[in-house]
Amino acid sequence: MSASSTALSHQFEDAEQQREAVTLGLWTFLLTEVMLFGGLFAGYTAYRAAYPEAFILGSGQLDVMLVGVNTAILICSSLTMALAVRSAQLGKRQALIVFLVLTMLFGSAFLGIKAVEYSHKFREHLVPGPGFRFASPHAGQVQLFFSFYFALTATHGVHMIVGLGLLGVLVYQAKKGRFTPAYNSPVDLSGLYWHFVDIVWIFLYPLLYLLGRH
Amino acid sequence: MIATAPAPTAVEPREHYLNAGYGVKSWLLTTDHKRIALLYLASITLFFVLGGAFAVLVRLELVTPEGDLMRSETYNKMFAMHGLIMVFFFLIPSIPAVLGNFLLPIMIGARDLAFPRLNLASWYVYTLGGLFTLGAATTGGVDTGWTFYTPYSSTYSNGAVIATAIGVFIVGFSSILTGLNFIVTIHKMRAPGLTWFRLPLFVWAHYATSLVIMLGTPVLTAAILLVGIERMFGIGIFDPALGGDPVLFQHLFWFYSHPAVYIMILPSMGVISELIACFSRKRIFGYNLIAFSSLAIAALGFLVWGHHMFVSGQSVYAGIVFSFLSFFVAIPSAIKVFNWIATLYKGSVSYDTPMLYAMGFIGLFTIGGLTGLFLSTLAIDVHVHDTYFVVAHFHYIMVGGAMMGYLGGIHFWWPKISGRLYPEGWGRFSALVIFVGFNLTFFPQFILGYLGMPRRYHVYPEEFQVLNVMSSAGATILGVGYLIPLIYLVWSMRYGPRAEANPWGAKGLEWETASPPPKENFEQTPVVTEEAYNYARESESDVSKLNRAISSV
Repeated sequence: MSASSTALSHQFEDAEQQREAVTLGLWTFLLTEVMLFGGLFAGYTAYRAAYPEAFILGSGQLDVMLVGVNTAILICSSLTMALAVRSAQLGKRQALIVFLVLTMLFGSAFLGIKAVEYSHKFREHLVPGPGFRFASPHAGQVQLFFSFYFALTATHGVHMIVGLGLLGVLVYQAKKGRFTPAYNSPVDLSGLYWHFVDIVWIFLYPLLYLLGRH
Repeated sequence: MIATAPAPTAVEPREHYLNAGYGVKSWLLTTDHKRIALLYLASITLFFVLGGAFAVLVRLELVTPEGDLMRSETYNKMFAMHGLIMVFFFLIPSIPAVLGNFLLPIMIGARDLAFPRLNLASWYVYTLGGLFTLGAATTGGVDTGWTFYTPYSSTYSNGAVIATAIGVFIVGFSSILTGLNFIVTIHKMRAPGLTWFRLPLFVWAHYATSLVIMLGTPVLTAAILLVGIERMFGIGIFDPALGGDPVLFQHLFWFYSHPAVYIMILPSMGVISELIACFSRKRIFGYNLIAFSSLAIAALGFLVWGHHMFVSGQSVYAGIVFSFLSFFVAIPSAIKVFNWIATLYKGSVSYDTPMLYAMGFIGLFTIGGLTGLFLSTLAIDVHVHDTYFVVAHFHYIMVGGAMMGYLGGIHFWWPKISGRLYPEGWGRFSALVIFVGFNLTFFPQFILGYLGMPRRYHVYPEEFQVLNVMSSAGATILGVGYLIPLIYLVWSMRYGPRAEANPWGAKGLEWETASPPPKENFEQTPVVTEEAYNYARESESDVSKLNRAISSV
């Protein structure tokens, strides 16, 4: 968002108006994100309703344990992010930096494990396209499942990478002492974004990994 | 009255947003919403000319029943590029990005939009998307129509679908940035005393438009993403061979693209509300109803997309529901039209150029809207689906409606934007030329469609030639009508007489500040103490003046 310095931007009357505006701006942005993922979820839902067996077959190929651990890591990153926001509000600069770096580490670990998971799928010929191999009469529809698996997790992954970039900027700014108890909306808003991306994953995990496992 | 600094009349060169800096950098790196509006104005005009050129080629081919100018593949590319450019690069950004960008902050008494840098970014994003599409147009084009239907855009595509799709994908982000900026600005940047129900209806219309942009555009992004994955990696999300469903693409596409029609028409309706009130010298009739009908159109607009798919194989029951809901959208649209007409009633109406466009809008939008009811009737749609009846219908809405509103608005606010007056006689003349040319172009298409001429063919049976020649002749007149304002508006920027702050005697904060406005819009933040369109007082005093005149006789 536009507020990257403590100075009041010229178009605002006071700091309160600026803070309210950037907050509303981020919530509005998250609304568009809901609709973006919503479109992808709608496609997923249509095909899952049409081909439930194929989707269970496809889901069975995924590594629940590995990704369960990954989900736990992501939830930890949300915790450290929340602690970072709290530290910024209290003006604890050192704690803010530590929690931001921890959040980045958890986020990177998540993406690392995701990369391992993707490489497994390549080796198992489960990547949709000409190289897709799956011995089943439902192979075509399983390929549809994997199309959505990659579309959804990759879109989520891109959001994670953007989030890591934001956190990197925050660490740099925090080191320069930019944030005070009176001015910390960049931390607050990046936190909001980070939690949103985590929540998307909370929906993705059961929808992709836990089909037919009850 | 509105308490604000009186606008100084220009005695010696006063500093305003246009002379605040002259270099290329002062334009390309500006964060001033007024300058960004002008950047958009230049870009969308360029795309309008380009999209118009494709239309010229289409109408030229259709003068004769045979395909003598181009092959069918070339013809497919011509109408596809015409639709793509006009919809995504002209109509959707037209009023919001130019007039909205320029006026919204001034109308609410703010110094700028909430996020000026984001606003500039949106123009760069637009330009980038435009370059991709221009690149696609010159390296093969697309023959999918503007709708990118699969499998035309996937299995059987034979053009630069990816480059074009990336262009549309990118330009979507620019409208998201604009919409986000507007929503936050309207919520948080209003001047003291400017309550929601004192806002000009132009602002209400832009609020509703922004909501549609925010909720719709991301779904188009998702749909293009899926088509892109399908094309780039050779997988078949919409491929029936794998069990995929092309109709799913149509659902995702129309979930955005039907509301997109309201992105095009709602801002235009906002302009018309301003024009009708000003040139009737009357408070707008039914302010609250007009304001809420904008929101109602935005909301209902999301529930009707299936009326594009009555013959796609979607369930008949879904079709009936979509048909019913589509009738519903007519209600808020009709509320607006009736309120505008009620505003005219007993107003002191004058027929300046903007008002001619507003009158044109009301008539043409009514025809476009009523034929929309034909099309949302399930049984009739099956008969006229994919015929020229549909083409005529949506051109009455998009050109007869949105474009008329855009031109009316450009003329109305031109003195404010440029600080100069345009030649009124030429203005009225070209408004009439456009009205005549438009009707001659598109009215015959209703008849053609009803008689059964399908859209998207470059050859047709001989008995349709007379109507097609009429249509092409009308298009020529329409083209001349568009050229005239282009010439005299550019001319007036240098040679037009200087405009005072409020040449129309209109109400609204934008008329309280100088023409052109200073860089920060107002000398000091205005305080609003009255309703919008408070024309009543003036006409009362006119009446008392008249009474005095009579009694003195």
